Amino acid sequence: MKFTLSWLKRHLKTDATIEQVAEAMTLAGLEVEEIIDPAKSLSTFTIAHVKSAEKHPDADKLQVCQVETVDGMKQIVCGAPNARAGIAVAYAPLGAFIPGLDFSLDKKPRKIRGVESSGMMCSTKELELGEDHDGILELDPKDHAVGTPIVDALEMNDPVIDFEVTPNRPDWLGVNSIARDLAAVGLGELITPEIETIKGEFPCEQEIVIEDTDGCPAFVGRVIRGVKNGPSPQWLQDQLKAIGLRPISALVDITNYVTYDRARPLHFYDLDKVSGAITVRKGDKSLMLPKAKMPWPAEWFDALDDNQYGALESDIVIADASGILGLGGIVGGESTGVDEDTHNILIESAYFDPLTIRRSAKRLGVNSDAKYRFERGVDTGGLVDGAELATQMVLDICGGEASKIKIAGEIPPAPPAIEFDPAQVARLTSLDLHDDQMLMILTDLGFSVKQGDHWWVDVPSFRRDASEGADLVEEIVRIHGFHNLEAVSLPLLPGRREPTATLTQNRTRLARRALALRGLSEAVTWSFVLDEHAKAFDGGQPELALDNPISSDLNWMRPTALIHMLLAGQRSADRGYPGAALFELGPVFQGTAPDAQSLQLAGMRRVESGRDWAGAVEVTALTAKEDVLTALKAMGAATDNLMTMEAVGSYWHPGRSASLRLGPKNVLANFGELHPRVLKSLGIEGRVVAFEIAPDSIPAPRKKAATKAKAALALSDFMPVHRDFAFIVDESVPAGNIIKAAKGADKQLISDVTLFDVYRGKGVDDGQKSLAIDVTLSPTQDTLTDADIEAVSGKIIEKVMKAGGRLRG
Amino acid sequence: MSDLDAVKTRILAEIEGASDLAALDDIRVAALGKKGEVSLMMRGLGKMSPDEKKVMGPALNGLKNDLNAAVETRKATLENEALDAALASETMDMSLPVGTASGTLHPVQQVMEEMAVIFSDMGFSVAEGPDIEDDFHNFTALNFPPGHPARDMHDTFFMVPDADGEKKVLRTHTSPVQIRTMIKEKPPIRIIAPGRTYRCDSDQTHTPMFHQVEGLVIDKNIHMGHLKGVLMDFVSAFFETDVDVQFRPHHFPFTEPSAEMDVRYERDGAAIKIGQGESWMEILGCGMVHPNVLRACGLDPDEYQGFAFGMGVDRLAMLKYGMPDLRDMFAADTRWLGHYGFDPLVQANLATGLS
Repeated sequence: MKFTLSWLKRHLKTDATIEQVAEAMTLAGLEVEEIIDPAKSLSTFTIAHVKSAEKHPDADKLQVCQVETVDGMKQIVCGAPNARAGIAVAYAPLGAFIPGLDFSLDKKPRKIRGVESSGMMCSTKELELGEDHDGILELDPKDHAVGTPIVDALEMNDPVIDFEVTPNRPDWLGVNSIARDLAAVGLGELITPEIETIKGEFPCEQEIVIEDTDGCPAFVGRVIRGVKNGPSPQWLQDQLKAIGLRPISALVDITNYVTYDRARPLHFYDLDKVSGAITVRKGDKSLMLPKAKMPWPAEWFDALDDNQYGALESDIVIADASGILGLGGIVGGESTGVDEDTHNILIESAYFDPLTIRRSAKRLGVNSDAKYRFERGVDTGGLVDGAELATQMVLDICGGEASKIKIAGEIPPAPPAIEFDPAQVARLTSLDLHDDQMLMILTDLGFSVKQGDHWWVDVPSFRRDASEGADLVEEIVRIHGFHNLEAVSLPLLPGRREPTATLTQNRTRLARRALALRGLSEAVTWSFVLDEHAKAFDGGQPELALDNPISSDLNWMRPTALIHMLLAGQRSADRGYPGAALFELGPVFQGTAPDAQSLQLAGMRRVESGRDWAGAVEVTALTAKEDVLTALKAMGAATDNLMTMEAVGSYWHPGRSASLRLGPKNVLANFGELHPRVLKSLGIEGRVVAFEIAPDSIPAPRKKAATKAKAALALSDFMPVHRDFAFIVDESVPAGNIIKAAKGADKQLISDVTLFDVYRGKGVDDGQKSLAIDVTLSPTQDTLTDADIEAVSGKIIEKVMKAGGRLRG
Repeated sequence: MSDLDAVKTRILAEIEGASDLAALDDIRVAALGKKGEVSLMMRGLGKMSPDEKKVMGPALNGLKNDLNAAVETRKATLENEALDAALASETMDMSLPVGTASGTLHPVQQVMEEMAVIFSDMGFSVAEGPDIEDDFHNFTALNFPPGHPARDMHDTFFMVPDADGEKKVLRTHTSPVQIRTMIKEKPPIRIIAPGRTYRCDSDQTHTPMFHQVEGLVIDKNIHMGHLKGVLMDFVSAFFETDVDVQFRPHHFPFTEPSAEMDVRYERDGAAIKIGQGESWMEILGCGMVHPNVLRACGLDPDEYQGFAFGMGVDRLAMLKYGMPDLRDMFAADTRWLGHYGFDPLVQANLATGLS
């Protein structure tokens, strides 16, 4: 919403500067976005008179002018064709910043083709006051003395404020309401002129019928006969131009003025073009064309914005005997529009349902000043006043004779009064205000108060946002000023303090650090991906599609965090930075229900051959296993008890991937090499190893005992004994099975089993391998005898045989 | 006696002249071994008279001790020489490069941890909720009536309609976590809710996905002065400097009264300095929880009241740590992560500092 300082001063008696107005607005909750003050940007430019102009001795198109300026007589070289003696011009002194050229003049006179030039004479484009660049700005020296600021000469010295109107305050879309709030904070006195009632010389003969009383509860009409339309007066044109509106004709300008002055949108019909009764109704039954997704309008009209619109049953239309004239509250029609030949008009001051207006305008993509106000809710108390104000302006500017007012339908009642406990102000804000202060603020804002134990507060019709005590508290505190609130630190909660982070938050905090220490960098990537990529990773369920994606390659919720990391890794490689190693902690989606979202800690390493003097460390699927185990350990998972099983997901390499599970069903992690076909479908070159961990699948530690003390340390006095075994197994037998079998032979005595050699070749048949393990026996009761060791060795061999191994001879 | 002196001088010279440990041991055995020269002389003591013994006994013992000491000294010297000679051939090029690669942590996660630390100190727990929300939690319960223009300001991402025609949304703010918490828990409530949020908007300062931290405090006597206090305490702790703030009225459907908080700042070339200067920059929105929101969660606004606030994590990260473009946050460019990322060994806490 834009308004000028002079416009504000029609409603507010104040000496405040534009900066003071902006400051007061900000502190009252009217968020100023911009102050546009031509007097500031053009303050260095003044009127000068050209005394003589002679052709430059060395340039055909240049003139050497002698100019009387605020700085005395100056010689200025100028290329404009209209530079000549006897005109008044806009003079820029040396060093001035020229806004339209975005540079500053030299501080010293410069020579132009050998002739010294001191300053510049500007075009309107150079001053950013217009587009004219054919010649310099030219005024009559009789009207403008040397030294007059250019903004005064052009009457451009009216600063403009642009501010954000929050949806709760549609009344701020009228300058009068801005003035009311500023008067309440003490910036001046509210002097909005009373609107006079014009009795009307004759009855309003135009019939107005409201069929759609939900869409349009009330339509205030009045006929004015014998008007003369033409350009509006200069003051009105200036005001509209200053806020960026184009003056059109007196009648149109009046509707625009009232729209901005009182947040009261109006429409004027050329009465002579209206045939029969004006009817406010819903659009005609829409057509359902074969194969069409949307209903097709049965009625169309040419609108004043030069577009053609069709009305559906869900729209509010204004019609006469000839058909639709316009869409109520959104845009009027060409057929009954006013023009220079208009003599008789019908004023429409109506109320339209905000929701209907919003829906219709959104569908049609129309954004008019009227629609902007109606969809937020206009003041129901201003229907008649708006018509009266418009009448007064029409009579003043265009002449004519007004009819009596006609009210079709029923004007909605004023909002209900609020029962208000003034102590609520202190309760909610801790501000201890006197009753009189609160009373004054509410009254200044247009509320009326009946005091008692509780107050009864009548709400003005333009403040439908206020419906209960908290709303009044806000008004009182807002006007009193938030800067007067005393900051109080939050009191401590009673009792002992528990950690405030959840188990998963603490676990992932550690896992992320463990992964970073292993050389992976943490990324945060989009939650949405391309549908084809989602499908490649077993996602792409129909319900996870976005209805309005930001772009066609981010149209589906992701099934894995890997996709964008893979794409980013490829981008890095393409730019000459290979070997990306990334991880991310974030949500992944299997459905739209809250429990179909889960947290994933995923990571990837591109397999790109590095070179190193000591032999490059090769990235393999087992590197990903190290990543996973490091992360799981950091999260406190019992990694000794994990089962290695096949990976879940079709996107893993069939032979170089696995999952780690606690029990056959609880998958903690998948890891390995990604399937080359899947990588190819993402445009990834080369191989990539990756992992996906589900932190929430790690069981919580057993319920905390009363004490944090650890169990007593039991140290054995007896030396551990090591025994080595070598077993021959088929290639297909996982080493993990053999280790597990050996471990299980005697859980008391065997404290550790490590694999220290895997051998294939001479002495071992093809398709088989030899696994050499070191078993640690840790006695706790007594020193082991040879017989003890023999016994446990027998058990180990027996167990391993069951797992598919035989002792190597 | 002079014989003994001569023996001593001779053997000491031999010890001193031993060239290696083997030669030294031969000398030791020849002198002090079972059949060594000195041992034989000591054996002769038995045949001596008591007077002779009295003289020769201590003399021979002295000789033996002196020779033993000399052997030990010489042995140590020879051992050191042998070690030095061996080490002279054991060399390694200590200038060879070794791997020290470590990754970094993402600034958004770092900043969320910093926030959790600061608010934890004030008794706030961390709460979470889903990214795909329903209309009730994201809008209606937060006092956005259906069709309200304030909904438009959110540039909402919608999911495709389900079988009933209902469209879920990607949460436009973390405020739905307020609703979920108030429905689930009884006051007193003190939570922050960090997480991903989504709006259909993209330019240098807007990304379709970003992060917010929501705060909620509900009790019987929490007032707007507390809100101001908590947020002032927070910004100074977060920026690790005294920050001047300005509180001014604003409008949000879910709070009443509503406010925005600005921090003082100044621009220094491309850099932004928080805490000094003449300009104000909005950094968060807040207010007292609207009675309709409390009612939607089954709380009586005449009994319970409190405040809520919400702020953009990514933007605060940019302001504190100087990233120029929001979009880079989510591009996973390895060079960007290396430059703006954080050392994994550093954990934000109030004892050692936030970063």
